[in-house]
Amino acid sequence: MLWWLAIAAAGDGVAIQAGSYEPLYPVDPAVPRTFVSSFILDATPVTRADFSAFVAENERWQRERVPAVLADPGYLASWSGPTEPPAPLDTPVTEVSWFAARAYCEWRGARLPTEDEWEYVSRASEDSLDASKDDAWLARTLAWYGSPRTAGSGRVGQHAPNAHGVHDMHGLVWEWVEDFNNTLFGTDVREGGDAETLRFCGSGTLSATDVSDYATFMRIAYRSSLQGKYTTRGMGFRCAADQESP
Amino acid sequence: MRSILLALATLTACQAPPAAVAPVPFTTGGSAAGDFGPPVGDPIIAELTNAPNVPPPIDRDEPATVVVNLEVVEKVMPISEGVDYTMWTFGGEVPGKFIRVRQGDTVEFHLQNHPDNRMPHNIDLHAVTGPGGGAASSFTAPGHESQFTFQALNQGIYVYHCATAPVGMHIANGMYGMILVEPPEGLPPVDREYYVMQGDFYTVGKYREKGLQPFDMQKAIEENATYVLFNGAEGSLTGDNALQANVGETVRLFVGNGGPNLVSSFHVIGEIFDRVYTDGGTFPQENVQTTLVASGGATMVEFDVEVPGTYVLVDHSIFRAFNKGAIGMLKVDGPESLGVYSGLELDSIYVGDLGDHEGIIAAVTEAEAGGTVTLEQQIAAGEALFGGSCSACHQTTGTGVEGVFPPLAGSDFLMADKERSIGIVLNGLTGPVTVNGSDYNSVMPPMRQLNDDEIAHILTYVRNSWGNSGDAVTAEEVATVRSTTDAPAGAAH
Ligand code: HEC
Ligand SMILES: [Cu+2]
Repeated sequence: MLWWLAIAAAGDGVAIQAGSYEPLYPVDPAVPRTFVSSFILDATPVTRADFSAFVAENERWQRERVPAVLADPGYLASWSGPTEPPAPLDTPVTEVSWFAARAYCEWRGARLPTEDEWEYVSRASEDSLDASKDDAWLARTLAWYGSPRTAGSGRVGQHAPNAHGVHDMHGLVWEWVEDFNNTLFGTDVREGGDAETLRFCGSGTLSATDVSDYATFMRIAYRSSLQGKYTTRGMGFRCAADQESP
Repeated sequence: MRSILLALATLTACQAPPAAVAPVPFTTGGSAAGDFGPPVGDPIIAELTNAPNVPPPIDRDEPATVVVNLEVVEKVMPISEGVDYTMWTFGGEVPGKFIRVRQGDTVEFHLQNHPDNRMPHNIDLHAVTGPGGGAASSFTAPGHESQFTFQALNQGIYVYHCATAPVGMHIANGMYGMILVEPPEGLPPVDREYYVMQGDFYTVGKYREKGLQPFDMQKAIEENATYVLFNGAEGSLTGDNALQANVGETVRLFVGNGGPNLVSSFHVIGEIFDRVYTDGGTFPQENVQTTLVASGGATMVEFDVEVPGTYVLVDHSIFRAFNKGAIGMLKVDGPESLGVYSGLELDSIYVGDLGDHEGIIAAVTEAEAGGTVTLEQQIAAGEALFGGSCSACHQTTGTGVEGVFPPLAGSDFLMADKERSIGIVLNGLTGPVTVNGSDYNSVMPPMRQLNDDEIAHILTYVRNSWGNSGDAVTAEEVATVRSTTDAPAGAAH
């Protein structure tokens, strides 16, 4: 816990004010907005340098030692040794499983953000806490999702923070959330899904609240394609923590 | 037609069928008749091809297990000269690989999502019987592979596509292809088989605006396509990439439409489809000019080619052909068949509603015969002829249409080479040209039917109008070019 506070003091954790956002698939369609309590979120994704420190201290999370049920063979596959990530070190760590991401955050006395927390913060543009109806901003975020794949990604924190003071929610990497399989596209995205199963299995495109928010679609689709042990070259994470009650 | 086939079928039941006519069953029995028992022999790795090629016909009398390995690759590819687009592909090209199996086969499908890909993907094959067509079982994260198995119960030609959210965007980025399920006895043999698939594309930049063009979601929702393309790129079926056939051959096209939005009015200029397996169904329609190909649908067309020349494949929703790229070509080589198509017979022009201009042309022709024709007379005659022969495309003002028909007014290309311009009118022009700094890549038909005098007048007029200024073109000059150049075989009108 102390470790986490030290980092937060160094400006890495941002206090996120409580608020609400409109999920693409509300639990109860009659209640379109979901409330999110205040919490703390990393200002930037976890970097290769950060993660290298973690595996140095926690050998069981090194590539050669991690059990196959916790990380697939892609885990840190581009690293040249157990604790040697490729340069540049201040880019987001990817090739990490959900289990590994959780372990990292736990090690720091933190946790992964929930999908609601992550999505809530991701709706902010540079100057508005809720830009989800701002077509120009939506088009800008979508551009990244549709842009050519690249082998690596950029350095963290290079772009202006959003209105919460958080960087890189869009444009660098996909990010793990605690409940990544929560909004399941489960089987086939085009099935409608009735109210009861909406949240858990067939929730489909047909019942989405804002069908033009393609970027959110893609995030949800992406998360649904994953299992906890999966790693991909494009997926990293950041940590969150509960707000200390004053 | 159906009753004749039926009559034939009943006839053949009691006497030996005539050699050339195979009995035509009235029904295939649909999926209920599609299970020919368990697979026989070792699994076969399917041979997959890129468009416009089709894997060879299946030479097998028993059902088999066919293994299909298909890799999804996201990559930047040209969709037009100087225009790039981030395609999401089944197998590295748009459209995706062509898959060929036999009815009753057990297909073991492996979908691989390349580790560098940004998106998860899946596949819905319309040839699959089962919810989602495979989509549910094939949802695959980057760097992973999924496997599912289905039995191909229905014969026919089917589209496959990605069905990952947002579905429209995955399809708009090129995620579609075709799978052929051959009937157990195979398809009737033909000389050529080709794979042509249409798709519509939505870019932020205008048609042919250069550079890497992002997907435009708004245009896609409005169904306002920037490009309508055969086989994923302008030029993929023209020039050196044109489909080939020889006179006397039978050509079969598997024509699919990936969409995401537009329904195709598929037509081949100068041909009549002898058979269209409408909607990809089993029993053909005969003698069809234009056939609809639904978005997410496919069809099979067959025709014999009797006359050499270039046949232009279009979406006959025609602005798509001339302004959005939906053009392909089939080049047919071989001896002329004048009984079928004479070429030009009557060497006189139709100049439309030119009224008193006809007098001018007659006067020039007379003056010319007497050796007294002036530049002014030639220009006047040329103007009249231009109205009937050229202005439909290049416009009466000679300005052309940006991106489609190059300008003649102030054209550096025209004025640079007189002999070449004569050749263009006689023999037409295909392929990329740059006129006043703008690129064009289209087709101008040859106009050999104009006589030497007429071409001389037209070009004299063109070379002395709208700011152009040059010397006269004489009938002799035209005659020389005519006798030293060949028109491309069989001009398409
Ligand atoms: C059916 C439409 C059409 C008609 C009719 C037509 N052209 Fe063209 N023409 C074109 C197209 C398209 C091109 C460009 C071809 C390419 O890019 O490969 C072109 C190119 C040219 C060029 C060379 C490029 C330039 O702009 O200088 C000349 C010269 C030309 N045409 C003259 C004529 C003349 C003269 C006539 C009438 C006898 C004529 N064309 C009739 C469509 C047409
Ligand atoms: Cu896809």
